[in-house]
Amino acid sequence: MITEVATCTFDSLDLDCGVTLAPVEVAYETYGELNAERTNAILIVHAFSGDAHAAGEGGWWSNMIGPGLAFDTDRYLVICANALGGCRGTTGPGSLNPATGQPWAMSFPVVTIADMVRLQKKLIDHLGIPRLLAVAGGSMGGMQALEWAVSYPEHVAAALPIATTARHSAQQIAFNEVGRQAIMADPDWNGGDYYGRKPPGRGLGVARMVGHITYMSDDSMREKFGRRLRRPDQFEVESYLTYRGYKFVDRFDANSYIYITRAMDSFDLTQRGTLSMLFNGINVRFLVLSFTSDWLYPSYQSLEIVSALRGRNCDVAYCNLETRYGHDSFLVEVEEQTALVRGFLASTFKETTAAKHKPAAPAPPKPAHKHARKETASRA
Amino acid sequence: MKIVREIYGRRDYAIIGELVEPGTRVLDLGCGEGELLAWLKENKDVDGRGVELTAARVQKAIARGVSVYQGDLESAVGDYPDQVFDYVILSQTLQETRDPRGVLRSMLRVGKHAIVAFPNFGHYSVRLAHLFSGQSPRNKLFPYDWFDSPNIHFLTIRDFELLAARERWRVERRIFIAGQRQVSLFPNLLAEIGVFLVSATYQP
Repeated sequence: MITEVATCTFDSLDLDCGVTLAPVEVAYETYGELNAERTNAILIVHAFSGDAHAAGEGGWWSNMIGPGLAFDTDRYLVICANALGGCRGTTGPGSLNPATGQPWAMSFPVVTIADMVRLQKKLIDHLGIPRLLAVAGGSMGGMQALEWAVSYPEHVAAALPIATTARHSAQQIAFNEVGRQAIMADPDWNGGDYYGRKPPGRGLGVARMVGHITYMSDDSMREKFGRRLRRPDQFEVESYLTYRGYKFVDRFDANSYIYITRAMDSFDLTQRGTLSMLFNGINVRFLVLSFTSDWLYPSYQSLEIVSALRGRNCDVAYCNLETRYGHDSFLVEVEEQTALVRGFLASTFKETTAAKHKPAAPAPPKPAHKHARKETASRA
Repeated sequence: MKIVREIYGRRDYAIIGELVEPGTRVLDLGCGEGELLAWLKENKDVDGRGVELTAARVQKAIARGVSVYQGDLESAVGDYPDQVFDYVILSQTLQETRDPRGVLRSMLRVGKHAIVAFPNFGHYSVRLAHLFSGQSPRNKLFPYDWFDSPNIHFLTIRDFELLAARERWRVERRIFIAGQRQVSLFPNLLAEIGVFLVSATYQP
């Protein structure tokens, strides 16, 4: 499967913090074809360190997205965009501030999960999709899937929040804060002003090491490393974490790390009212998945969402899958998820195409051609 | 004499399939792999939900396109709002619940009708096995040894009728099955499975 990143520029984006970001770029990839009725589009939302390259060679969810896979690109148009605040093509702290001509760095405005979703909505409008068949994602992607369902219920038929939560716990915030502190303690961070110079690689590497520990489980670490030695003076697990931290520095911006983890920590659906109030009357189907070995996003957090949905008699399917790989399960335990996701999508597609009720949507612009290298859209 | 069909090899499913009116909202407690809900969706255009405890079964049910919640049905049924379902189904599971009366009351709180199917512990084969062997009955209706049985309450058709009367539930339909036939004579002695359609009546 050949994939290519496209970039789309919007005139502006209003942020929750009150700042208007202008202009704003979003990098995205698409796989498959939009049908004539424009009812088969699925938005895949990446987790904290992911990017728009979800499928195909090296894609972060390539085992789930593709011809004949769970998100079957023979049947659906799959879209994945880099998140706002990221560093893989979408506007973030590493982008140039048009007012100064310098990178934003720490003067980049505070972004939220809702801001990320607002930008995705612009992209979806630009692609001429009145209503998504589904929004799916794990971890931070799951938060965005929830945000979509709450903010744009008429524009999404189904949401698949996987291994996620409606709000971070103290433990989740704590691990993120350790990562941020590691970056800021690195002298190379220099208050965020390091572009064009040596980036805070040691700090970012340590942050990533902590992250990796939280994504695994005691079981999976025992299986993968045990107490094996790499060298006489180094455990296998030390070597692995150091390597992963080191590799991460090549592809991730330390300031994005700070901004995006803050967006995750500040996300709290219950700030806008109880979950039960938020889910009242929304006509979105849900498939919520959690994993038994995931101690970073434990199943009680998914159950909180599911209970609220059931209390409103929303259409929700929930399964706590038996896995061993901790939070990483959503990326690696493919067999567990494939049949579930495929069946859920197929029945949702059948229902939405059979349903007479179609939300009124403004006449959308012409669908953009996929794999376009660069395109510009005026504010929809 | 009426012949009983089967759905997915289950006679109780076939009876329940007949009882449910088309286009209604159905909750199936202990829905297994969602066979009945899928059948009802396909053939009766129902809006169905299920509750099932076992992850592997939930996975299969969701893969079938049925919206199933993985959880314990006794606590799960408490979460739904009042009267949101037309039918709440409990098939071959009542005898496995800790608080059968509580479950039945909850079913009639969240649904307008409850459909309950259970194996009849009053069947003559059970009575005879108990009488002659002196052991806990074990036959095709109750295929478990006492020590590994999921069944923790053993009820008969008469027991259910008495409870319904005490709780002032209206029994709208009662269907008794033996083999591939429906029976009407001496159901508590001859029926292997009882299927009841009940609703709550609030008398002034």
